[in-house]
Amino acid sequence: MANVVVARRAPAKGVLGWLQKYVFRNISAKIAALPMILTVLVVFVGGMLWTVFFSFTSSKMLPNTNFVGLDQYVRLFKTSRWNVSVENLLVYGSFSLVFTMVIGFVLAVLIDQKIRFESVFRTIMLYPFALSFIVTGLVWQWIMYPELGLQKAIRNLGWESFTFDWITNSEMVIYALLIAGLWQGTGFVMVLMLAGLRGVDQEIWKAARVDGIPTWRSYIFIVLPMMRGVIVTAVVIVGSGIVRLYDLVVALTKGGPGISSQVPATYVYDYMFMANNIGQGLAASTMMLVTVLIIIIPWAYLEFGGKRRAQ
Amino acid sequence: MTDTVAASSTLPDRAGTTASPRGPKPKPWFTTPRVIMYSILTVACLFYLFPLYVMITTSLKPMPEIRFGSIFALPIEPSFDAWVKAWTGACTGLRCEGLSPGFWNSVKITIPSVIASILIASVNGYALVNWKFRGSEIFFTVLIFGSFIPYQVLLYPLVMLTSQMKIFGSLWAIILIHTIFGMPILTLLFRNYFASLPEELFKAARVDGAGFWRIYFEVMLPMSLPIFVVALILQITGIWNDFLFGVVFAGFQNNPMTVQLNNIVNSAQGSPEYNVNMAATILTGLVPLIVYFVSGPLFVRGVAAGAVKG
Amino acid sequence: MQNNSVVINDLSLSFGNVKVLEHLDLEINRGEFLVLLGPSGCGKSTLLNCVAGLLDVTDGQIFIEGKNVTWEQPKDRGIGMVFQSYALYPQMTVERNLSFGLRVSGMKKDDIERRVKRASEILQIEPLLKRKPAALSGGQRQRVAIGRALVRDVDVFLFDEPLSNLDAKLRSDLRVEIKRLHQRLKNTMIYVTHDQIEAMTLADRIAIMKDGIIQQLDTPHHIYNKPVNLFVAGFIGSPTMNFLNGTIENGGKAIKVDQDMISVHGYEFGGAVPANGTKVVLGIRPEHIALEDQAKAMPTSAEIEIDLVEPMGSDTLGWTRFGSHSLIFRCASEVELMPGKKMLIGFDTARGSIFDEATGSRL
Repeated sequence: MANVVVARRAPAKGVLGWLQKYVFRNISAKIAALPMILTVLVVFVGGMLWTVFFSFTSSKMLPNTNFVGLDQYVRLFKTSRWNVSVENLLVYGSFSLVFTMVIGFVLAVLIDQKIRFESVFRTIMLYPFALSFIVTGLVWQWIMYPELGLQKAIRNLGWESFTFDWITNSEMVIYALLIAGLWQGTGFVMVLMLAGLRGVDQEIWKAARVDGIPTWRSYIFIVLPMMRGVIVTAVVIVGSGIVRLYDLVVALTKGGPGISSQVPATYVYDYMFMANNIGQGLAASTMMLVTVLIIIIPWAYLEFGGKRRAQ
Repeated sequence: MTDTVAASSTLPDRAGTTASPRGPKPKPWFTTPRVIMYSILTVACLFYLFPLYVMITTSLKPMPEIRFGSIFALPIEPSFDAWVKAWTGACTGLRCEGLSPGFWNSVKITIPSVIASILIASVNGYALVNWKFRGSEIFFTVLIFGSFIPYQVLLYPLVMLTSQMKIFGSLWAIILIHTIFGMPILTLLFRNYFASLPEELFKAARVDGAGFWRIYFEVMLPMSLPIFVVALILQITGIWNDFLFGVVFAGFQNNPMTVQLNNIVNSAQGSPEYNVNMAATILTGLVPLIVYFVSGPLFVRGVAAGAVKG
Repeated sequence: MQNNSVVINDLSLSFGNVKVLEHLDLEINRGEFLVLLGPSGCGKSTLLNCVAGLLDVTDGQIFIEGKNVTWEQPKDRGIGMVFQSYALYPQMTVERNLSFGLRVSGMKKDDIERRVKRASEILQIEPLLKRKPAALSGGQRQRVAIGRALVRDVDVFLFDEPLSNLDAKLRSDLRVEIKRLHQRLKNTMIYVTHDQIEAMTLADRIAIMKDGIIQQLDTPHHIYNKPVNLFVAGFIGSPTMNFLNGTIENGGKAIKVDQDMISVHGYEFGGAVPANGTKVVLGIRPEHIALEDQAKAMPTSAEIEIDLVEPMGSDTLGWTRFGSHSLIFRCASEVELMPGKKMLIGFDTARGSIFDEATGSRL
């Protein structure tokens, strides 16, 4: 489009012509896009390659180029703390993804029923999303603190055997993270789903009513399949958020009790900045990258591969 | 329930049909599905509100009340002592200066980061829509995919980079980092917005002889106020809530509020003061909460922006 | 056996304080094709949605096939509906789109199959049955949408601007198909549109609506030739009817427009002949204006000068002035028109319409 308005001078030859053709044309736009170009090339592409590259070295305090092949990865998967982290992420991730999506959808459907005080409900459900994971983690840490929190309050009410000690119980601590995570993130998915629901053609609803299809069946068999785009996007956003999970763990459990609520991101941080074992941290972060690629690549294929087919 | 019209009359006799259905179908105020629906919504809202309630009530109680009472209970003798202590006197490890230095650090980090990231991303989005050049779409695609890379992957390379630039551990470093990581979402936001403006407007300005910057400042900017507000909300809350970058890049003396809050609560020595902890927690959450409640639907638009495909 | 298929009795609908429909009565005969026509916002779609049961009425009753359906669910009203956006279920094949409602109602498999087969035969969509809506063209989609109404085997078909999303060529093709479908099925059909060509070509009767009130309910021929008021006269016909303001003179024998006296000889007044001095509007259709030799034979003729010529292909429009009024006439494309050319035009008021300027009603 912009080429149209470029003055059509006689093309210069040689280096000058090349410069004119590829460098000076739209020079302002290229200067304006320089931060983006640098970010992409230096930070995203360069940083990613750097991390993968140095994950094959024995870097300790400082990065070095002493290659040790897959040693860091072998050590990584021999470390019980890493294995616990991966397992935790799998448990947290699958529950979090399923519950966030289901709860988000159900709440969106309920709010979509022409209810009174819709904006009040919506505001209440979304406000946790405005808060940081640190704030979220600390509040829930206090609520779940067995000696003075919810457990004690319920016992005071007369239910003496009530137990809610998940943050001090290494078996249950991951579900404590889950509750706090759901509290913070479901509102966001609800808002996305609601936008998706509101985007459905009203005449589809009319057609379904004329056909005599009960509302719940319309939601499941007609509307839900129509929201594929919104759902996929939500899954990708929630999914890549789960892989990153860090602040919440730091604030709520500090990875404890023991190592029972460690996740990959805390492992990476501790090895890089606390244990001065950069190679190990980089290997762990490369594994995180691989995980995200496993989520992203099928999505990108669906989204962009689909577009190409449509053309 | 339904009457048949007398076969002989063409128009149903009005007097004769008063008994048959007429006007809106009567709807009872309470139907079972409605009651269930509102119950679920109310329970959900109680779940979402409970932590806020606990935060506020705990922060207003003196310690004995916390120790012997219940977290459900309202404060008997509410006092703001804990808030004052959280602000000015709470201890993080050795220092006991409260949260206020963290607050001012967060302000010093947030304001320049927000301005820099929005300026760069808006120009970027404008260039991507109206001044496409060879490769611009490829850079944009990589930028968007880059936003899905876990931060941990890029953390150490950025430590190396900022060290090389001799800014590691300074405000400059953290501002640079926020500008970089704000770029994908903001660029997407602005690109989509500028793409939705009529292209003829841009073409007309070109025909009138305006160049890149003139069109940006005199044609695009004046029409883009709403999207700037959305970006502002997105960035203020996002940067204020950051923890990881603050703890790595800002340096000890510039620790943002979230980092200080975590230090106060999680590394407290002696007996923990839960009322002070909760007061500190609210104080830290206050800025994004105010932004959220003041901005209303624009916040929703901001969080949904990332999800809307270009 | 009564002849009414749909009876609307004293229907009102308001959203809050906004009254969309007011005390509306309408009777539709069995097998009739009724078109609701009007500008956007006139309440025609709202009325159709009330008949379908998709909107709750504020007051009044609706009878379909003699049954009071005012409180009935849409599915129990014996109606099928076709929408502007087709409203096909995008994730289902054409076959499932057609059969979904029947399956949900628990109908036997054989019956469903038979109905789907019949509908797809009638609409010639058998080759499309395994496809999804996204793989269909606009015209095919609308055919499937009609099929979905067809399989319901109902008495009354409702169409809500079904052709508005199609391009001009497809629109006229599908229009003919809908007409053919009606001739074959002989169902009652209520059809909402803002397109007067669709209305004129399809309708047995047209109801012209404005501001929630039916202005005129009549055959297309009558509506075109004997519009009951200025609104109907101006709404129907393209280019629009010429309107000349004047006053009644000579005891109702002539109208004085500017300085010219126009004879009203042969015009049948609906009521009493209006008194001298009554301000009226005389409406003349562009094609009722004759030129040159033919003009001489007309009761009223005048020499005018052509301002502007619009050749339309099949015919030509000429723009001119008559006194202080601008005037459009339509003539065969063979006639040579040129801006600046002086010509004789003439018309017969008996074929025109006279409206009271104050009330807008036909006199």
